[in-house]
Amino acid sequence: MSSRERILGRVRRALADVPGGEPSYEEAVGRGYLREHGERSIEETVELLAENLADYRAIVHRTDAEELPLLIMRLLAARGPQYVLVPPGLPPEWMSAADPTRFHDRAVSTPHELDKVESVVTGCALAIAETGTIVLDGSPDQGRRRITLVPDHHICVVRVPEQVVSSVPQAMERLNPARPLTWISGPSATSDIELDRVEGVHGPRTLEVILVG
Amino acid sequence: MSGTYLGMPAFPKAAHEAVGNATLRGNLRHATHTIRGKRAKAVAELDDWAELREAGKQIKDHTLRHLDRYLVQLEESVTAAGGIVHWAADADEANRIVADLVKMTGESEVVKVKSMATQEIGLNEALEAEGIRAYETDLAELIVQLGKDRPSHILVPAIHRNRGEIRDIFAREMSEWGRPAPEGLTDTPAELADAARLHLREKFLRAKVGVSGANFMVAETGTLVVVESEGNGRMCLTLPETLISVVGIEKIVPTWRDLEVFLQTLPRSSTAERMNPYTSTWTGTTDGDGPSAFHLVLLDNGRTDTLADEVGRQALRCIRCSACLNVCPVYERAGGHAYGSVYPGPIGAILSPQLRGTQSEIDASLPYASSLCGACYEVCPVAIDIPEVLVHLRERVVEGGPVTREGNKVVLKPAKGHAAERAAMRAARWAFSHPGALRAGQRLASRTRRLHPRSLPGPGKAWSGTRDLPAVPAEPFRDWWQRTHGGTDGAK
Ligand code: SF4
Repeated sequence: MSSRERILGRVRRALADVPGGEPSYEEAVGRGYLREHGERSIEETVELLAENLADYRAIVHRTDAEELPLLIMRLLAARGPQYVLVPPGLPPEWMSAADPTRFHDRAVSTPHELDKVESVVTGCALAIAETGTIVLDGSPDQGRRRITLVPDHHICVVRVPEQVVSSVPQAMERLNPARPLTWISGPSATSDIELDRVEGVHGPRTLEVILVG
Repeated sequence: MSGTYLGMPAFPKAAHEAVGNATLRGNLRHATHTIRGKRAKAVAELDDWAELREAGKQIKDHTLRHLDRYLVQLEESVTAAGGIVHWAADADEANRIVADLVKMTGESEVVKVKSMATQEIGLNEALEAEGIRAYETDLAELIVQLGKDRPSHILVPAIHRNRGEIRDIFAREMSEWGRPAPEGLTDTPAELADAARLHLREKFLRAKVGVSGANFMVAETGTLVVVESEGNGRMCLTLPETLISVVGIEKIVPTWRDLEVFLQTLPRSSTAERMNPYTSTWTGTTDGDGPSAFHLVLLDNGRTDTLADEVGRQALRCIRCSACLNVCPVYERAGGHAYGSVYPGPIGAILSPQLRGTQSEIDASLPYASSLCGACYEVCPVAIDIPEVLVHLRERVVEGGPVTREGNKVVLKPAKGHAAERAAMRAARWAFSHPGALRAGQRLASRTRRLHPRSLPGPGKAWSGTRDLPAVPAEPFRDWWQRTHGGTDGAK
């Protein structure tokens, strides 16, 4: 007998007490919880997102489409001369003000090469206001997962209000599980040493979120 | 189940020893009290906490009651998404599968993200025996691994170590494993974290095989979920070419939508955050992004035996948030190691004796490692009635009766007169006689009455009247610890 059959057989014997006419999944699970917490205008939801991002030590900037390229240029310049990586589908105008000699946008092939990149600029799939979370889904303006992981500085652009949802339940509705998702709430952190929170272990130690709208 | 630490004294003895160790007690007390207050605040932010908790309980209960169906569905969806599913009835089989998969890649090292399931089966040791080195990459697990130590908390496995001890371990051991600690390393948490970043980065960048567990698996879509803070999980899940995930069969939820419940309750219950820094979800493999080979090892190892117990099966709802540890007066004093298993605290007291059976002294004594104050039940995000299961297991130890072991129905003899009974009695006396553990005395009285008047048969009735303080242990915990290298060498 294969282990598969053995385990499934054990499960069925273990559940011998479960009656045949059990409630279906829909009947068994009550969804009495809220779809979102509190009532807010769209502007208030964006405000809450900014607050919660900052609460978890992301650096938050707000700007409009026209000023965006200049802001990105300034944020990159502030970190000195460096390699900047962008995913293939990033809107080209976002980088139009940045010094073109300072970024290269070809796909970086190995983790070691990626390790030489200091900053990465991406879009996102959506952002969740109640938890201060941005979610990446590997779309062309975000690239594969590793490019937002190995570099030490991540600039993430969120279009407001259209990419902002209030809550986790609203986010689940909009996300596609077939895509690899990365939920990011502040820079990487650990509390493993005496429960003292330290930002920046393995992921980017600096996360800057730009709310554009 | 392997993972019973060799030479582990039964709970009361280990607890006595732990209580005699002031550093351990101080570290634990500070840590659990800090996180306790934060958790309460994070939970209070959500008006619908009670409804989320109820939904979480119902999702898990429904899944467990139809586990065969959901396992088959999960297998189909993972396979359709490009993953390969393996089934492991016990620890040995799971270890063998993983070792063979690693060997097939031609590699002799793997990077690991913290996973309770792989600790439970002793995967690192099994791989070591096959010439494969497993690097733990979670900061706390790294501290534990470098210190040749054992984890003592689900979420903060090195909670028993203070910063000075961690500095010493890093300075002494890092060079054995790879990049040495920087010269002049101090004990500030930021510097220690930075040392870990540098030490592990070279391992991540060259790793070809990653090993993980998972917090959830979605039957409908075949999606796996890992919730973490440091980014080491993302490294292990996305940089290697091959990913092997070892996951207990109880980690399934039916639908994608179900995650909206647990992704709200888990972070707030465990790290007391609105959301943990990183959550990764993946479904099979994705072209050009992440590992090109994905293996899922579904682990039984006592879970189906636990499922066969109508009262005890609720322990399988556990999402390993560790909230019950942080509120437990017995855990706070005894420390995680006293529980003799990778699952410490209240959840360990009901899970280990079910996964492993109650024949050994440590497992027979675990259901008594509690004052039944009920704080664990109150904070549990999936409403596991831990006191109810404790009382049920006490009856099993004392009175014996039918249980399922490795899929077979057997009848346990009463523990009366055996070493297991004596260990159990001592554990009960320890929990009941420790003044601090009786902080919630009123609630204890009403709780036990409501549950089961027979919960403390025979001499048990007299125990709650006992007020003797434990004698100063002949050998303090730390001495035992050092003498036995944390029990890893089959300590005596
Ligand atoms: S038993 Fe409940 S509180 Fe304890 S770790 Fe499991 S889910 Fe969390």
